[in-house]
Amino acid sequence: MASNLTNEEVYGKLKDTFGDKIGELTAPFDLLTIEVPSNDAHAIIEWLKKDEQLQVSYLTLLGAVHYPEDNGREIAVVYHLHSLVNNFRIRLKAFISLATPVIPSITNLYAGANWMERETFDFYGVLFEGHPNLTRILNEDSMDYFPMRKEFQLEDATRDDKDDRFFGRE
Amino acid sequence: MSNEINENIKEEHDLILSSHETIDGDLATLNLGPTHPATHGIFENILTIDGEKILDAVQTVGYIHRAFEKLAERRPYNQITTLTDRLNYCSSPINNIGWCMTMEKLIGCKVPKRVDYMRVIIMELARINDHLICNSVIGVDTGALTGFTYLFQQREAIYELFEEVCGARLTTNMCRIGGFERDFSETFNKKLDKFLIEFPKIFNEFDSLLSRNRIFMDRTIGSGPISAERALEYSFSGPNLRAAGVDYDVRVMNPYCSYEDFDFIVPVGSNGDTYDRFQVRQEEIRQSLSIIKQALAKMPEGPFHADVPEFYLPSKQDVYEKMEALIYHFKIVMGETPVPVGEIYNAVEGGNGELGFYLISDGGRTPYRLQFRRPCFIYYQAYPEMIKGQTISDAVLTLSSMNVIAGELDA
Repeated sequence: MASNLTNEEVYGKLKDTFGDKIGELTAPFDLLTIEVPSNDAHAIIEWLKKDEQLQVSYLTLLGAVHYPEDNGREIAVVYHLHSLVNNFRIRLKAFISLATPVIPSITNLYAGANWMERETFDFYGVLFEGHPNLTRILNEDSMDYFPMRKEFQLEDATRDDKDDRFFGRE
Repeated sequence: MSNEINENIKEEHDLILSSHETIDGDLATLNLGPTHPATHGIFENILTIDGEKILDAVQTVGYIHRAFEKLAERRPYNQITTLTDRLNYCSSPINNIGWCMTMEKLIGCKVPKRVDYMRVIIMELARINDHLICNSVIGVDTGALTGFTYLFQQREAIYELFEEVCGARLTTNMCRIGGFERDFSETFNKKLDKFLIEFPKIFNEFDSLLSRNRIFMDRTIGSGPISAERALEYSFSGPNLRAAGVDYDVRVMNPYCSYEDFDFIVPVGSNGDTYDRFQVRQEEIRQSLSIIKQALAKMPEGPFHADVPEFYLPSKQDVYEKMEALIYHFKIVMGETPVPVGEIYNAVEGGNGELGFYLISDGGRTPYRLQFRRPCFIYYQAYPEMIKGQTISDAVLTLSSMNVIAGELDA
């Protein structure tokens, strides 16, 4: 079943409504991906949900990615949304800094965002403003760090049996 | 359980007491889980009950969290398949194949038609197994153990089929990037033919025990209902969403693996209650059987894997005799194959709904980020809403009919 909408069409509509707030059009593997400012992410997701033509009203996935080198925008909160009516998927990315990892919660738009936001908080320390119960979900309550951040190496860094030199990877 | 949560529950008790008319003026707290026969896995529900009526539920999950997403960031791509096994372990081949297809999409590998059809057969067998477990357990929780034991042998037959293809039964690690590790054997074909003849008889017998059984219907109709709107709000997918009346199926919406070649219907319910979820799964089992038969009938000839030497392990014979094969073997095992930079979301219809893989590759030997969309984790949060106002026995039924698999829930 093909999509009723094209990436350009949706991007154009978003650009018309939100202007400069909408980042560049990219579409890796044909999935429309747009960067949006963290403060406007909520408004844009709400608009996408309520627009009569687009009806992007299904939250597929919410998560985060950590880019430690990207100063001031270390954490990307990634939303995958889906318009079941038009069979159209869209990915929104909002970058926030590690110093103030705050972004508005979308739990008032999607009940299903509740646990996904808690999981993202649990692993990346993203603070979702307006979340009804932002506590750890999969990890232990007393944990005092955010384990999915890149500074936490999985293996013992002192191991020498996996020396890069032996694998032509210096 | 920490004191803080107990405090919260107490506060909630007081709040509910002041706002509800209670039966005897006293509320009780009941722990359903973590190790309770009704949970079929390890997760906890702290119920606030008034008599037998449930007023509220607080869930605790994460008891078997194994940090798969973190582990995946240190593993070469072909070693991640074994992690996916342990998500929904009732239908691990679907997870394996979903992951391999994500990788194939990333590296731009087109698999032969025969591989698609073989995968469809395996995935539908896994779906049948997943649904069988769920539906027979609904029977057990209503007090009908017989159906469960009747179907046990047929589940065994499916595990034997998996064993024939990959050597393992539960955590199969069945798929390879590019295709399968080996072709279907003669024994597999024989066993599959036998299964296709024997299974419908026993399945129909099981169906006749429960589907129109007055006691079963009285117990399940109206228990744990959810409306289509709320189900969508909660990002439900799979049989639970379809039971609520939304015909969203990834196999139809975004066909993968040549699903467009097959003729099947997507059953939907109307009330989203336990009975509808049971019936939707029953019908899906029949549809899966039909898909398997179609795939067998139309099975094309050809190789059982694509020609991608950088990712597909060469035969052991070649490794010993040919230089090139030896190099590829070494590179694959050590995870030294270059992978393109890219960002991809790929979804398949798992046993419980949309099973997605969000993968970011920075060209390194391991994923930069891999996130699983685990349908269980997403829809299980609706559970308190679904059981509010119901009785404890309904809550148990609702839980088993949602098919919450702890492995998928906790990753």
